[in-house]
Amino acid sequence: MTANTKSWALHIALLVTLFTLQFVLPAYHQGNIARIMMLAVFAMGYNIMFGYTGLLSLGHALFFATGMYGMGLSIQHLGISPATAFVCGIVAALLVTATVGVLALRTSGVAFMIVTLMFAQSGYLAVLFFGEYTRGDEGFVIKQAQRVIASVDLADATNRYFAALLLFALCIAVTLKLVTSQFGHVLVAVRENEERAQMLGYDTFKYKLAAVLISGTISGVAGAGYGLLFGYVGANFATVQYSIYPLLWVLLGGAGTIMGPFFGTLFMFYLIDLASDLTSAYMLIAGVALVLLTLFARNGLMGEIRKRVLPWLP
Amino acid sequence: MDLGPYLLLASLEGAVQAAVLALTAVGLSLVFGVMRIVNVAHGEFFMLGAVFAWWIATFFGGHPAIGFIAALLIAPLLTGLVAVIVDWFVLKRLEYDPEGTIVATIGVLYIIQQVVLMTYGPDARPVEAPFNHRFYFPWFGYSSYKLFVIAAAIAILIGVWMIMAKTRIGLVLRATQLDRETATAFGIEVNRIYALVFGLGAALAAMAAVLIVPIQQAHYLMGGDPLLLSFIVVIIGGLGSLRGTVVAAALIGMSDGIISVFFTPTLAKILATLLVAMVLVYRPNGLFGTRSA
Repeated sequence: MTANTKSWALHIALLVTLFTLQFVLPAYHQGNIARIMMLAVFAMGYNIMFGYTGLLSLGHALFFATGMYGMGLSIQHLGISPATAFVCGIVAALLVTATVGVLALRTSGVAFMIVTLMFAQSGYLAVLFFGEYTRGDEGFVIKQAQRVIASVDLADATNRYFAALLLFALCIAVTLKLVTSQFGHVLVAVRENEERAQMLGYDTFKYKLAAVLISGTISGVAGAGYGLLFGYVGANFATVQYSIYPLLWVLLGGAGTIMGPFFGTLFMFYLIDLASDLTSAYMLIAGVALVLLTLFARNGLMGEIRKRVLPWLP
Repeated sequence: MDLGPYLLLASLEGAVQAAVLALTAVGLSLVFGVMRIVNVAHGEFFMLGAVFAWWIATFFGGHPAIGFIAALLIAPLLTGLVAVIVDWFVLKRLEYDPEGTIVATIGVLYIIQQVVLMTYGPDARPVEAPFNHRFYFPWFGYSSYKLFVIAAAIAILIGVWMIMAKTRIGLVLRATQLDRETATAFGIEVNRIYALVFGLGAALAAMAAVLIVPIQQAHYLMGGDPLLLSFIVVIIGGLGSLRGTVVAAALIGMSDGIISVFFTPTLAKILATLLVAMVLVYRPNGLFGTRSA
């Protein structure tokens, strides 16, 4: 088997496992896994920039929240169908990503991180400022009747699980295709040594912008999907915390791997879930994990596996 | 009240803001200038200063002035110590890699914040001002403690400037800032200097917090705003330039104070944040700075 067939086989096996889990898991965990799959889509989007292109953004909550609010606000105030609203959310995320990308990519390194952080912060404040429409911190609920696409009720737990799985599978396929293509290899070249890639004749700005666009749009898809599937849109999802989360998930799972973001999200979600039963200071776990990961395990879970066992892992 | 006195009141409030902000931001700027790292946990050092101040003031009891003076002396020391520990166990091991330290200090931010939540709790608690005299203008009375905050901040800033400009340790700091390798070649122990600078930066934030805590209560989430504002100030003032930082802090603190008297604070914050992003995009060296990020 070539490396390519092996990796497709592995990822399809993961999807089949997730499919069958639906029939085995108790309701509580079924809901959790659906959430994790949507958040993993967010993390996979983040990973395109951070893991494959080497651009560390601290503002991805902006793209996630734009997708979510683009979808939620157009259902709430324009009264359009959920499917159209979902597309609205994605288009909104694409537009915001394009603006932020063109501006932020004029900087690099630490300045890039701060610029993305600042844009995300103003996005969060804008949600609060337009509280009349967004209901600010409180957020708003998308009613069950507004969550039916093609007579499939997304508020139903089973439907919701399969919808999340569908989006997750699509995202796996797209990113896997992307990173094994020539385009993906150029992104990695930019990550490893931008000047060298430039010398070889690649317009690195274009490649980086494309990576930002893809990354931001996937994050928007995750946001719109999350809002639609779980029926709630709130300012919480626009806070810095939601910019830090994808970074944490990707670092834990393994930056620059396709499955890494999923396993990172899975572990961190359950870790925080367990911790929040014990104490209200559950974010302590996230803090400790961030410090330990940067100190001792820069490769993350899948990165270690790739290094030791499966060198062909994409 | 007429517009004149109203404006005077607004500028006084702005000056208090600016004084505290200048102290906090100079701490951040010092760390960035000498160590070339961005400390995202800086706001939590501010918060630690306030929380330590409450503990110390409660411990001493008696006349509020005793507790306050003790807090002003001890809280920055304790906070500096925490920072030195962070430097020793985390930053040094990362070899001060710029991106790695940002991620790690985000982790430190959560660790400090959540440990304070677990120990100090979610309540906001006040520290009593050392004196509570009111100073009477013809139009309104104004707390003399707030005037003291402005004076104290200026005194501390002059102190920092004296250390940087006139003492041997200041010379060593500036040498390290200018060229780390040459400094090492001249026998300067760069690692120790880094620990010292990181501690000093945190201590300055803590001092600012001790000064503000009689006006604003100590709370485990109070580090967010100072962090954001210090970022803004340090960037506008030019990364690594202490003079620029102080000028920018005065500018932004004053205008923030004045604007928030007349406009909604959220809109002011949105505009300020976007402005800073734009400054970084088009003038990456800051408005007064000479170096790039």
